[in-house]
Amino acid sequence: MKSGSKENSPAADRSEADCPAGDRAAGGATADSRAVVLARIRAALRDVPADESPEDVSVPRTYRRTVLPGDTVALFAARVADYRATVVRTSPEDVARTVAVLLERRGVRRVVVPDGFPPEFLTRTDADLVGDSPPLSVRQLDSLDCTLTTAAVAIAETGTIVLDTGPGQGRRALSLIPDHHLCVVRAEQIAPDVPGALAGLDPHRPLTFVSGPSATSDIELQRVEGVHGPRTLDVVLVVTAPSGAHP
Amino acid sequence: MTDDSDHDGRVWLGTPAFPEAARSALADTRLRHNLRHATTTIRAKRLDATGEVPHWEELREAGAAIKRRTTRHLAHYLEQLEANVTAAGGTVHWATDAAEANRIVERLVRAGGGGEAERHEVVKVKSMATQEIGLNEALAAAGITAYETDLAELIVQLGQDRPSHILVPAIHRNRAEIREIFAERMGERGRAAPADLTDDPKALAEAARLHLREKFLTARVAISGANFAAADTGTIAVVESEGNGRMCLTLPETLITVMGIEKVVPSFADLELFLQLLPRSSTGERMNPYTSLWTGVTPGDGPQDFHLILLDNGRTDVLKDTVGRQALACIRCSACLNVCPVYERTGGHAYGSVYPGPIGAVLTPQLAGVRRAASLPFASTLCGACYDACPVKIDIPEILVHLRAKVVEAKRDDRALPTPEALAMKAASTVLDSPGLLGVAQRAAAAGGRLTSGRGGRIRRLPGPLGGWSATRDTPPPPRESFRAWWRENREER
Repeated sequence: MKSGSKENSPAADRSEADCPAGDRAAGGATADSRAVVLARIRAALRDVPADESPEDVSVPRTYRRTVLPGDTVALFAARVADYRATVVRTSPEDVARTVAVLLERRGVRRVVVPDGFPPEFLTRTDADLVGDSPPLSVRQLDSLDCTLTTAAVAIAETGTIVLDTGPGQGRRALSLIPDHHLCVVRAEQIAPDVPGALAGLDPHRPLTFVSGPSATSDIELQRVEGVHGPRTLDVVLVVTAPSGAHP
Repeated sequence: MTDDSDHDGRVWLGTPAFPEAARSALADTRLRHNLRHATTTIRAKRLDATGEVPHWEELREAGAAIKRRTTRHLAHYLEQLEANVTAAGGTVHWATDAAEANRIVERLVRAGGGGEAERHEVVKVKSMATQEIGLNEALAAAGITAYETDLAELIVQLGQDRPSHILVPAIHRNRAEIREIFAERMGERGRAAPADLTDDPKALAEAARLHLREKFLTARVAISGANFAAADTGTIAVVESEGNGRMCLTLPETLITVMGIEKVVPSFADLELFLQLLPRSSTGERMNPYTSLWTGVTPGDGPQDFHLILLDNGRTDVLKDTVGRQALACIRCSACLNVCPVYERTGGHAYGSVYPGPIGAVLTPQLAGVRRAASLPFASTLCGACYDACPVKIDIPEILVHLRAKVVEAKRDDRALPTPEALAMKAASTVLDSPGLLGVAQRAAAAGGRLTSGRGGRIRRLPGPLGGWSATRDTPPPPRESFRAWWRENREER
């Protein structure tokens, strides 16, 4: 420890000879700050051998082994419910009825339906369906009760749905401004864990990971569902297996 | 540059030294009660959330390794990040220090769209980096109002207060105080709190929702930090709970993200790891409610003008120190605060920095210079709980010990005359080198010790310059007989 601290003593590492030339331009808006910062970094890392490549620093990836119990669908449903979101399992034939029941239960009158949302899911509801092309203004969105979306992928271990603004999901503002979000997830979209989900996502699309409704614990650590994002999250889980329960 | 070169930032807030600040914090019983409640609750949640992951230790190991790889090849990854953000339609700026970062933000806000009024307002996502550089104050001086939108940050901002915890910045406030702050102050900055506001957390959250709604829907410019940035794709990640982050990242036309250079990670795939490590360590949740990832600009969705500011502000100084640089791996989860026996008793304000707790005790002296924060490396019992809790395995005790040595050296360099400590150490080394002198000293100590020790057999106050040591510690009296003397009498002849 002692010798280490000597090497790094302020006197030693602040000597003039030690500083890259650009360092003295610190703070000057006129200096090329990019060059200054990069030069400082390179000077600071002189102990790293010149021939070391990033891959030479090994990263053990053993954590990628999936060690979860088999039934990812049940796990996903349980973990979503842990966030105090509502999860309703349904069969492919029954999605429209389930959506209608949930919208009715929440008293939804006007709902945003993004482009590409399966029309067959909408055949039973009485709510007014509002499209987003041309795009709604934030004020218009703020006056609507609910947003319907599909999802890009879901994560069982964490009870997360991931939206990537693909067909049926719409742009990010849609699932954000109205106070109720109803998301239809197909069982085969559920990845067991975070690595499994991320591997199937396109980083060049805006991605939103949603785990339960908006929440805060900022006041005396008491959890309150709902601050700025949707305060109600309903997940309709479409399972082809006949074991699906009805709402 | 000298060690105390002014980084111009707010890392070090210039409050009293830790022992002094801690003394007043310890006397505040309500603060201690709030803190104990907070730290015990989050500790228990964190243990549940990390305990249910069978390969948690492997995740930590990998997290530490990725951060090590990034740190050792930082320039490479930053250049890659810059190229990919630029290719995706973003603009990258570099800031050597806080003043430069603030100037860039100010210029961008002025250039942002909207009328005269909009050019004077921004909404903000909670960000440690912007706190560190004193951005809100700098913008205020330039006539621009920054609205904090995280609930706790709003409480702190309206209360004209300082954050005391990385994750729950208003943890020192209870619900009655928060109600009062909202009722009194919200009207000054926008929609007032309802007249019948109660101190129910649900009602308080609702008041914040209504107060900030108008700001979100009209804001032209938002400012955020970044939790992670993937070099190989240029993707930025912001992790949050309330949806205020999504509002800021989605609705305005211009988005300015201020990010410390150490936040870059090599690849998008590496997020699979950090999106597990961070929420479980931070709030003790399997996943936080909302995580937003974006890459540059997406036509028709979100801000069409995106700026990423890469901030140094002392980080390259930290990088120089081969022991201290591991602190740059920090993902700001605050797990180390919640397990720290010192933090639990003193709270965040005593650390005099935007980075409190164990990680603050190692980051602040390195970012601001050891002379400014000389007491912080000593604000620890070295119990090691922080190291065990850290999701990226930063050996905080090791850095603390290392920094203690640097503080001592800095003091020595500053003085024309050696410190009493240094004189004592020098005397000790002379004595320890000579068996004869050691024997004399031990006999003298035994005699002196008997004279100074109190009835409880402890020395409560040492004489002369040694009083500084005994002011905060009891010292056991030296034994009547030294081991060497005992050995001579009992063993040597046989």
